[in-house]
This record gives sequence, structure tokens and C-alpha cells, in this order.
Amino acid sequence: MERRAVYRNKVLPWLLIGPQLLLVLVFFYWPTSQALYWAFTLEQPWGGGNLWAGLDNFLYIFRDDRYWGTVLRSAFYALAATGLSMLVALTLASFVDRALKGTKLFQSVFIWPYAIAAPAAGVAFRFIFSPEAGLVGAVNDIWPGIWDPATNGMHALAMVIVCHAWLGIGYNFVFFLAALQMIPRSINEAGAMDGARPFRRMLDLQLPLIAPTAFFLLIMNIISSFTDSFGLIDTMTEGGPIGQTEVMVYKIYVDGFKGLDYSGAAAQSIVLMLLVIGLTFVQFKWVERRVHYN
Amino acid sequence: MMKTNWLLGAALSATALTFVASPAAAATKFEFWYGLSGDLSERVQEMCSRFNASQADYEIVCVSQENYENNLQNTIAAFRANKQPTVTQISDGGVVDLMLSGAFVPVRELMEKNGYQIDWSNYFSGISSYFSTSKGELLAMPFNSSTAMFYYNTDALKAVGFEGAPQTWEQVEKIARDLKAAGYECPIAFDPTGTWQWFEQFSAVHNQPIASNGNGYGGLDAVVEFNKGKFVDQLGWFKKMTDEGLMVHKSKAAGETANDAFTAGKCQMSSSSVADHGSFAKQAKEGVHWDVTVLPVWEGTERHNSLVGGAALWTLKGKTEEEYKGAAAFYNFIALPAEAQHWSTITGYIPVTNSGFEAMKAAGFYDAAPYKGRELAIQSLTATPPGEYTRGIRLGNFGAVRQEVAKAMQSVIFDGTDPQKALDDAAARSNEILRKFEQTYKGQQLP
Repeated sequence: MERRAVYRNKVLPWLLIGPQLLLVLVFFYWPTSQALYWAFTLEQPWGGGNLWAGLDNFLYIFRDDRYWGTVLRSAFYALAATGLSMLVALTLASFVDRALKGTKLFQSVFIWPYAIAAPAAGVAFRFIFSPEAGLVGAVNDIWPGIWDPATNGMHALAMVIVCHAWLGIGYNFVFFLAALQMIPRSINEAGAMDGARPFRRMLDLQLPLIAPTAFFLLIMNIISSFTDSFGLIDTMTEGGPIGQTEVMVYKIYVDGFKGLDYSGAAAQSIVLMLLVIGLTFVQFKWVERRVHYN
Repeated sequence: MMKTNWLLGAALSATALTFVASPAAAATKFEFWYGLSGDLSERVQEMCSRFNASQADYEIVCVSQENYENNLQNTIAAFRANKQPTVTQISDGGVVDLMLSGAFVPVRELMEKNGYQIDWSNYFSGISSYFSTSKGELLAMPFNSSTAMFYYNTDALKAVGFEGAPQTWEQVEKIARDLKAAGYECPIAFDPTGTWQWFEQFSAVHNQPIASNGNGYGGLDAVVEFNKGKFVDQLGWFKKMTDEGLMVHKSKAAGETANDAFTAGKCQMSSSSVADHGSFAKQAKEGVHWDVTVLPVWEGTERHNSLVGGAALWTLKGKTEEEYKGAAAFYNFIALPAEAQHWSTITGYIPVTNSGFEAMKAAGFYDAAPYKGRELAIQSLTATPPGEYTRGIRLGNFGAVRQEVAKAMQSVIFDGTDPQKALDDAAARSNEILRKFEQTYKGQQLP
């Protein structure tokens, strides 16, 4: 039987969603329409005129191997940061779920990183990873020159990814813990009575049962790595060295604001937006429907 | 009732305070955004206070935007939102974009309209050629001008038996080798993103073209040519020096800037703007003795004049007549001989007028420490009359071109890319940037 709430008043629903709608219009649809317009024109940096360019801006970025470099880098960044963050969060959550000593304390401690703003964490991690003075830099005393994010692009990228993953652990942890605690105790206990060790129970019982949560987190983490990496990269590496930590979102900033190429940046943000919309679509249509064990 | 009374009282005293705090309540306020920070920013603030104290009709509000790049970005964003300051400081790199935008009031027009007589021919030719139209009309008010210099630690050089100031790169290389042998860890501080001193100024003093059409002055269809001249070998030399540990990478990313490493006495030679002369004197660690000289050249090369760096003040469109009057009064104020000389003294920026320089020279300003050596900046800027490739660089979106060169320099130094290949790559990308810029301003001519 289907139950529906129906508003008899025609005006009230609009009034209720009005404020939200207004916010979305002003902060999302209006800038997006502006970016869409710029993406198909050549926009003068100081304003004052633009020329219709058709698909030129898109062709320009698609022909640019450096752009594809940032796309690949973004993909690697997304997978590495997501994998690392989710793995650590899951491990922590399963320990907390087992109600070991100090669980109550760790339950809140593990969430803290999520409350830290990305730029603040970026500054802190920059010090930690600093090749000359930092905590991690101490390895240079043992093997000189082994760690140098200032000149080595791979080191710099690894540094940003670790920081990004660390920031996401809290968020992932909360969801994993909630999902683990939703599993009826009896299932776990039955497994234990059959002689399955905790790790085996994790693989065969708990993981399949929390799969919907895991897929939800996967998509959320990937989206976050596409959009939230900006604050970290800007404080930690500014895209360097040699642009080797420029991911898609950072290249938009570099080209648009530093390079004053508004049109090229607009075209790139349209591509990024489509990508995120696509991922969200996958999340809603595909993942939510199929990954259920009920 | 009590609460109302309290609120009323607070409101009244607040109002009273406002009146006390600003006796010139009728003064026209206008904003000035600038791209300097730290020590130099404080000097600008002092200048603003002096201007406000000197008259009662206008009140200038000076806002630091940290650096030239940020100031350009923020000014553009503000201009597009119609919230622009009346006066903004735009550096060499942002000139062409602004020139073509038509978003400014030419300074000459502004001053004439407001009845100020300024002898424009008195401005230093290197400066006016950067900020003027091809017909010689100055568009922006010269403010802070500099050029790149070579700094060295006098004690360290003496310790390896070198007397005087290094004038050639051959000497610099030899000194660096001797310093290394004598146990100095960092003979030369080198920031591979420092394109201004290591690339642009090198090209000027060796008379190497950065772009065709006379570095872009001849029109928007210029193509870059930095991958065809002496800079290719120079970049190879930087690589060799870095590999041998004679040049050491110092930058913000590496944890310590070249300037900081030099003033701390960790690095013995460095290249930076003459504008840092004042700050170096303040910041140098106890016991660090240093001096400054013109940029070295390779033996057998005729030294040409170096490029003017720094920025000028642009008056933006869309403000009221009253605010323009204020801006004109401010320009007139900073051009007063005493004010200009004070600014030059406390910073290191060169005097922007010929008469200003002559007056300071006559007064013996350059004869003794701590200002001795700054006259070499003028010597560097006037080594030859500005030529086709030494009068400046007039390329659209030049900031983006600089980024390409910086990337090329880094990829040679960090990754061992072949200098020729790295610069060819940077040139190809720079030309794409220039062509896109040309397209964006299709049919327009440089003024």
C-alpha cells in the first residue's frame, strides 16, 4: 500500500523550499550557467567582451597531453586516497566494533580529523613531511636525499594523498562503525561458534553485509578527492614541483586565476562537473539498487 | 527599560567615538590595493598615513593583497563585480592584459584634468617605456621600480681570496668552486622558479630576444624565442652547477627561500631585486657582511641594460570624480621630491625620476653604508640605452608564460630533462598561450 503526504495548499510547499531553492540558484545554477557560457566563448580577463568560440575550448584541452596527465593523476589520486582512507577506517571500525578496551574513547577520537579544515591539515602535514626539518624528514639523516617532496613529484603526490586519506578517515570510520553495529550479533556469533576466526568472519560475513555502505563511501570518497583536494594542494605544494601535483580541480584554478584563461578553466570545470554528476548518477541508479542483501 | 538605556548609551558613545576618531568626517575615502607584504607593506602603510595627515580632503585606505599575483587576481575579480579600488598596483607581468582591457584612466589624462603639472619627460626612460603606449603616453603612475642584482657575502669571498665584486659568470663559477672546496655548503642560492632574475634579466643583459616583434612591443602576433638563444646554454650551466652542489635549490617549497638563506649566512651568493636591499640590511644575521653588484655577464659579452621590474599605480574606471581627485592628489603627493626620496631610502626601490636620482647622488646618499651599492641598480638599468630586447616585455598573459619557463627550469634541474627539449616544450606552450590571447583580443592593437 502506498502512502503519500499531499499538500492541499499550492503556495506553502514553494514557500518551504523557497530559501533552499534560492541558495541553490544563486550559488550553484547561476555560476554554472556563467561557466557554461564562458566555456563556449573566449572571455577577456578584465571583462568587457567575449567572442563565440564554439567547441574550441574543449578541443584545446582534449588535445593537450598535459590535461590528460592531470586526468590520470586525478584518477590515481582518487583511487589511492580512497583506498587508503577506507582501509584504515575499516580496520579501526572493526576493532572498535569488537568492544576492546578503550573503545568509547577511540570512538570519538577517530572522528576528530574530519573536523579539521583541509588547509590547516595541509600546513601541519607540510611541516611533518618537510625534507629538512620535519618528522618524516628524519629519514634523510639515515639515507640522505631519500625523501624530497620539494623536487620529487612522486614524493609530493604521495604526501598530499596521505594527508587527504588521513582527513577522510573520520568520516569513513563513522559510517563503517554504524554499518558494523547494524549487523545482528547473532550472525557473528553463529560464525564464531562454527570456528571462524575474526579475520575470516570479517571477509565472509561482515564485509558482504556492509557492502552498501562501502559502495556509498567509495563514491563519496572519489567525489571528495576530485573536489576537496584543492585546499590541501594549495597549502602543501601549489601544484608543484613542475606541476606534478596538479589534479583536475587545481589545474582549473591555475589556468583560470593565475593564468587568466577564464575560458579554458570554464571548459575544464564543465568536464569535471559532468564527471561528478556521472559518479553521483552511478551512485543513485546503480549502486543503491544492486548492492543489497536484504 | 534598563536594557534600552544601556543600549542607547552604548550607541551614543560609539557615535561620539567615531567623531573623535575621524575628525575629517567629510573626507572622500578611496581605496588603494597593493601587492607587497612584510616589511615593504609596512612602508606603504606609513606612506598612506603621511598622505592622510598631509591634507583633510581625502582619505586613502591602503589594503595589502600579499603579492602582485594575488593583487592582480583580486583586482580583476573586484572589477568584474564593480567593487574595484580606485588605485591598484599592477606589475610588469600584468600590463598587457590591463592595457587592452580599457579598464583604466590614463594617468596623464587624470593629472591634467585635475590641474597637476607633472614633467613626464623627467621619468626614467626604462620605466616609462614599460608603462607607456607606443606613442609615449604614460598610462600608469610610476611607483616602485627595481631591477635584479647580484648579492654576495663579502667575508666568504675574501676567505677564498676574491677581492671586489664578481662581474662575470666565469668568476662566479670559480668563486663557487673555491667556496665549496673551503667547506661552504651553499655557494649560490638558486630558486628555479625565480624566472625574473635568472631568465628575463639574463636575457636582457645579454641582449637575447625573449619574443619576436621586439619582445612583443611590435604587436600581439609575437612568438617566443627564448629557446633559440643563450638562455639554453645558461640553463644547462645552472644544471651543471646544481649537480656539482655549487648552486643549491632554495625556495618556499624547499623550506627556506633564497633570500632567507642568504641573509642567514647559509648561502654566500644570490640574485634578487634591488628592492630587497633595505630588507637585507635589516634582516641580515649578526656577523653576516654582504654587498651588492650588477648581474654578472659571460666574458666577451657586451653588457646591455637590465629590465625595469616592480610595478606602477593604475587608476581604474568606474569611480566618482571626487575619488579621482583623491587619486590625483595621492599621485602628486608621492611624486613630491621629498616623499619620493624617502620611499627610495627606506626600501631600495630606485628613484623613478632622473632629477630624483641626481638629487640623491648630489646629496651623497650613495657614498656610504647602508645605501652604498644601490646606485649600481641605476648603472645596470642604464648600461646601454633601452634596445629592442631590453626595453621590456610586452606579452599577453605573461604570467602564464613565466610559469611555463619556471616549469622548464625545474624539470631540467630536478628531473634532468635536456635544456633544449625543456625550453622547446615551454616555447610551444607559451606560443599557444599567446595565440589564445591574440584570439581573445581579436582585431585589437596594442595602444
